[in-house]
Amino acid sequence: MKQFQGRVVTPGEVTAEAVVTKQGFNTLASLQMALQFGDKEVKCGDQNNEELHGKPLIGKALCLPQTIGSTTGGLVLYCACAMERNPACMLFANHIDSLAAAGAVLADVWVDGITMPVIDCLGDEFLNYVKDGMKITVKANGLVCVE
Amino acid sequence: MILTKEQQAILDGAKGETMAKVMKTMVMYGDAFEAEKLVPITSNYNHLVTSFGLKVMSPVYDLMQQLLDAGVTSGQQFSVDPRPLDKNVPANFLQNFVFRKFMYTKQDFYEDQLNKLGLMDKDAFSCTCYMDEMGNKPRKGDVLSWAESSAVVYANSVLGARCNRNSGIIDIMGSIVGYVPYFGLLTDEGRKATWVVKVKTTKKPEAQLLGSAIGMKVMEDVPYVQGLDQWLGTELNDAACSYLKDFGAATASNGAVGLYHIENLTPEAVELGKSLIAEGAKEYIIDDAELQRVKDNYPVIWKKADAKPKLCFVGCPHLSLEQLKEWTDKIEAALKANGKKKICLPTVLTAAPKVLEAFNKTDYAPRLKATGVITSYICPLMYMNNPLCKKMPVITSSNKLRTYTSARYYTDEEILRAITKGGK
Repeated sequence: MKQFQGRVVTPGEVTAEAVVTKQGFNTLASLQMALQFGDKEVKCGDQNNEELHGKPLIGKALCLPQTIGSTTGGLVLYCACAMERNPACMLFANHIDSLAAAGAVLADVWVDGITMPVIDCLGDEFLNYVKDGMKITVKANGLVCVE
Repeated sequence: MILTKEQQAILDGAKGETMAKVMKTMVMYGDAFEAEKLVPITSNYNHLVTSFGLKVMSPVYDLMQQLLDAGVTSGQQFSVDPRPLDKNVPANFLQNFVFRKFMYTKQDFYEDQLNKLGLMDKDAFSCTCYMDEMGNKPRKGDVLSWAESSAVVYANSVLGARCNRNSGIIDIMGSIVGYVPYFGLLTDEGRKATWVVKVKTTKKPEAQLLGSAIGMKVMEDVPYVQGLDQWLGTELNDAACSYLKDFGAATASNGAVGLYHIENLTPEAVELGKSLIAEGAKEYIIDDAELQRVKDNYPVIWKKADAKPKLCFVGCPHLSLEQLKEWTDKIEAALKANGKKKICLPTVLTAAPKVLEAFNKTDYAPRLKATGVITSYICPLMYMNNPLCKKMPVITSSNKLRTYTSARYYTDEEILRAITKGGK
């Protein structure tokens, strides 16, 4: 087991299975089709992301460097949360980007009862260490345990 | 974050609970970036990214309704991204059924909400709101609360305005409270380039391919591009602006670029030169081979990779008036060279409603119509984002459309050949 200390963007505690991408996570390309057509597993629809394409994202600990792409990204993430189709948590190796931050904040302020911890600044070592299927535990103080 | 008394009062509920939540959203958004303060928005108009009444986006419309019910509207009027539907664009019975009865059932409802919230006018639907015809062109130094990645990168880079890559909903919340958090691309430090890109191609690079290569390399960083002025010149004329529009859209969608500097061309690069380059900036050299490598690595996700294209979209982001004229000339000339009068593949050129209106007043419009090309104000991306279109072999010269849909990227030259001659 290894622990990584990050910065809390939106708080919460959760344990979930990791899905990992080392390239930017394109929120619109990844989630839109799944949300639009009722894919209950929320499989990643981004054809340009070989690591995630076709993998279920709902309830997973999404480990990523940052999000990229359309500025609808934040509202797509907000919708995923409002529809309860969101990842269990989002764990950023880098500093969070403006679109992901928007999605996390919108969900936190405007969606009742949502808990999707978002932690950033976990570092490259985190992303190099974590692999698909590993067990992730997120603590309220931004500590991320990977085993 | 240090708030003014007025901002703190709003946060504390002086203007009602909903307004307090809007302010809380902007403060938390700023806190995520250690923003020290909120600064006033100075542009005349805002621009929103969400133009589509997709049934699945009902949480967005519910939120907008909360704002309206609380009497909270935008302090600025705004333009918004293109409409997702246009009956002029070819669609079969099933597609029309899915579009109108399943996907975009909230379109009228949402447009009514936009009107109440502060839409500029009924034609204010385009991703290129900054075109002269559209009337939403910020000044250099203006602070914006815009979203739409291609518009933000254009406003920052070509117009010298200051705007972060805001998400949808955040865009309107900024203009509701009248402030945005001061961080990132609003600051001088955040506008410094952390990449130097050297363009060493033997011919003018395709705008959307060059933008794609740079976007994928630098991600959200700011590139300072050298060597492009030899192809674009040093004046921001119509041709250069159109090129940079397409280039920027590709950097923003294939990566997350919100600002680029083109040496000797874009306003801050002209004004500040190499002093814009941050210490320790990384270097990326782009030559013909690198562009080819990038293009060759695009996945082809058509069911049959060698399928005959059934539809072609040009204009994501929307075309300028000059681009519509250029395409008219090029298509006419290519048809003539191939001994044809009409294009052989259904082709849609997209542009802003008011750009199309201006185009339709020129003698180019009947000439283009005579070739069989359709013009539309539609958002090709919204048209393509459904499983029916995923099965359809669509080609495009837009790297943004390629990124988000199953459309396959062709260069302008390849597009021209495909629609006037057939094949690639």
